[in-house]
Amino acid sequence: MAHVSDLIAEDIDAYLEAHQHKSLLRFLTCGSVDDGKSTLIGRLLYDSKMIFEDQLAALEADSKKVGTQGGEIDFALLVDGLAAEREQGITIDVAYRFFSTDKRKFIVADTPGHEQYTRNMVTGASTADAAVILIDARKGVLTQSRRHSYLVSLLGIRHVVLAINKMDLVDWSQEVFDTILADYRAFAAQIGITEFTAIPMSALRGDNITAVSEAAPWYKGPALLPHLEDLPVEDQLRARPFRMPVQWVNRPNLDFRGFSGFISSGTVKPGDKVKSIPSGRESRVARIVTLDGDLDIAVAGQSVTLTLEDEIDASRGDVLAASSDPPQVADQFESTIVWMDDEPMLPGRPYVLKLGTRLVSASVAEPKYKVNVNTLEHLAAKRLELNEIGVCNLSLDAPIAFDPYVENHDLGGFILIDRISNRTVGAGMLHFALRRSQNVHWQALDVDKAARARAKGQTARVVWLTGLSGSGKSTIANLVEKRLMAAGRHTYLLDGDNVRHGLNRDLGFTDADRVENIRRVAEVAKLMVDAGLIVLVSFISPFRAERRMARDLMGADEFVEVYVDTPLAEAERRDVKGLYKKARTGELKNFTGIDSPYEAPEHPEIHIDTTAMSAEDAAELIAARLMEGLD
Amino acid sequence: MSANRAAALPPAPDLTHLQRLEAESIQIFREVVAECEKPVMLYSVGKDSAVMLRLAQKAFYPSKIPFPLMHVDTTWKFQDMYAMRERMQKEADFDLIVYQNPEAVERKINPFDHGSALHTDIWKTEGLKQALDKYGFDAAFGGGRRDEEKSRAKERILSFRSAQHRWDPKIQRPELWRLYNTRKAPGENFRAFPISNWTELDIWQYIHLENVPIVPLYFSKVRPVVERDGALIMVDDERMKLEPGEVPMQKSVRFRTLGCYPLTGAVESTASTLPEIIQEMLLTTTSERQGRKIDHDQAASMEKKKQEGYF
Repeated sequence: MAHVSDLIAEDIDAYLEAHQHKSLLRFLTCGSVDDGKSTLIGRLLYDSKMIFEDQLAALEADSKKVGTQGGEIDFALLVDGLAAEREQGITIDVAYRFFSTDKRKFIVADTPGHEQYTRNMVTGASTADAAVILIDARKGVLTQSRRHSYLVSLLGIRHVVLAINKMDLVDWSQEVFDTILADYRAFAAQIGITEFTAIPMSALRGDNITAVSEAAPWYKGPALLPHLEDLPVEDQLRARPFRMPVQWVNRPNLDFRGFSGFISSGTVKPGDKVKSIPSGRESRVARIVTLDGDLDIAVAGQSVTLTLEDEIDASRGDVLAASSDPPQVADQFESTIVWMDDEPMLPGRPYVLKLGTRLVSASVAEPKYKVNVNTLEHLAAKRLELNEIGVCNLSLDAPIAFDPYVENHDLGGFILIDRISNRTVGAGMLHFALRRSQNVHWQALDVDKAARARAKGQTARVVWLTGLSGSGKSTIANLVEKRLMAAGRHTYLLDGDNVRHGLNRDLGFTDADRVENIRRVAEVAKLMVDAGLIVLVSFISPFRAERRMARDLMGADEFVEVYVDTPLAEAERRDVKGLYKKARTGELKNFTGIDSPYEAPEHPEIHIDTTAMSAEDAAELIAARLMEGLD
Repeated sequence: MSANRAAALPPAPDLTHLQRLEAESIQIFREVVAECEKPVMLYSVGKDSAVMLRLAQKAFYPSKIPFPLMHVDTTWKFQDMYAMRERMQKEADFDLIVYQNPEAVERKINPFDHGSALHTDIWKTEGLKQALDKYGFDAAFGGGRRDEEKSRAKERILSFRSAQHRWDPKIQRPELWRLYNTRKAPGENFRAFPISNWTELDIWQYIHLENVPIVPLYFSKVRPVVERDGALIMVDDERMKLEPGEVPMQKSVRFRTLGCYPLTGAVESTASTLPEIIQEMLLTTTSERQGRKIDHDQAASMEKKKQEGYF
């Protein structure tokens, strides 16, 4: 992979000395196959001699076999990876490539450009310092160029290069270049890209890639590679206040307690005053510990272990920060969310949010709007589908330390994880904390749940009956309540149909509305449990995730899930309310079991098989189990 | 000199690329350890493993490495590799597990009688799956790098495997910023690749700067070899079966990658210091994996092996 420098052959030690001081730049290339993106990357690898002879031989053979350059070397073949993609002729994921010049090492995130791969581009953009947006000189600024630019701006990439490619096919016309430049400038200003560098080039011919080409004497700017070599990368983060999310508490023995983490912004020195956020406890840095000895200073981008002068209780998920300028703490935010999963984002459904090293439960409100990534129009939305981007409020179940994303990507960027499938389903960027979360404080009350329940001579519980429509939930719940009442208990029955007449009459039967339906009922049940009552909830509640949410709202052992198990065929045969018939004829949409899914409980506390047990017996069983636990 | 300390004086210059890579790798090590129940590091004794070991020490210092290292052994590694393993265990003080597939032991699987494909499959691929199941590890650190091979360019830092250890492109998760999603169902596990973004040159340069001990086979020396199918195979012990008329030659050779000695080709070389090795590598014109016999079968073969559970 000979770097051409003769230094390697003549003085390897001098070469190594120079090479070890190289900096690192990560950049993203955006564009589709047609723009010559793969060709550009192949060309960069080729021109920086990162291709070995055996690879080159394979490349020449491939170029003859499947290339698109009439037997000449097809650089695009160098970077198209997985076998399936080769056949389809498109790149479908984020691929990372590496090359270096005499000044810098580069990591290239190569992402596909089509709209259906927005999530891949966002992923690639999240770690990039710079973006190279490709434009086909023959076509000018297209819809996709706008989409790419919007995403680049959304992810906060500071350095934008507009690579106006295939200039050889427009005879290196300055007029063409100037027109594209003017078009782009007008558009870029709308999305907050104020600075960018436009370079005319031909990736295929190698013009203006490593050196300024004579093909365009009118162009006075730099070639691509020298430009990328000179971009500043770390200046801004280092100038910001110190932040280090605690990853791991390092305790080899009783005498040493260190906080290990990656410094996401600022600098830190022994003696600096730091605060642990959210607790707000303050101390001073005693040592910056590394295997290579203690450091006098550490900067953004380093992984270190800090010890403090005082024993303060910080743990994984907390942020150590400059005392003079700590991050904010909040539990409700406005954010932009990019949805990355085939299953849509449902407002109200609890997801796991990871930000820095912190994991908390979070739910997303109905989007304020979603963004048409091609036109930048704001559109009304009830939910977000795969690859959609929306501005939404977020509500967390615990306050966290954060910075707005524009100031610090590590403390403002988050992912959302599905609680059941464990997939990473979304990514987002925090804008700001909502005022209400900072101003509404939890009112601590003297009379608590246990006291209220004691006064009623019972232990508060939620008995959550789930099952298909017509499975017999309400009948059984009603019988259970009568038995409890007769035994002198204080109860309340929340019934699906009844609640939909009042509290939830604004909700329909879409997946999103079902989630909100359950969220409200769970919150009401929680208030009633707090009042010391035994609450019977009779709701279809088809999704595991929401039943899990309801369970998590209550205290340990307070939630008793009862699965009223009636097979679909049997419920449909009974069809007490005539609803199945309507659903089958299409008169009723989104009916659970017919055209909307029911996810049966995996580990209910009580399982009632209604084909083997009468409603009376079921009620008897449930009441008995409750009394056992209650007395 | 330490990569950490090099840029530590204000006004500090940009971190060097090695400092940034090191910090990133350490962050990945810590993240997996903080969030997983039972991690393990796969230790092959090669140069990438040597760098991984140093990074793991750095990530948790002054604590001891908080997970065991596991060598999935084939009994056919170079003798120098076994010696290095023992030495590093003493010097770096880690818990070591050596796993040998009992079926392979019993059937005396070897590259001469069974061929390289079967040998590799039973000792390494099967052995690794068995070992992960036996100990119930839920995360395994590996030294894979994205620059090694085309299909690796898209590998995630955390690569998820089903309970049957299969890699499926559809269950891989997007990785944004420095956020890794380590959540998984019981039985599922993942491989973690902390040095994904390092190149071969980075590895060598780090070994040079940090004085990381590596197996002497990487340095040139006169060694007994025979030439087979265009490759120079070292006669490392008495189990090497010589073809009729084959006589070992004494040649100055070294190895660019290490594996089972009958399957690992040497290159003729006089490079006996790290700078000379790096020089040779930079001036050489064939890629690193050419010395490794298992790669050559068919295009995209690594991808196929990955799906089957091989690293």
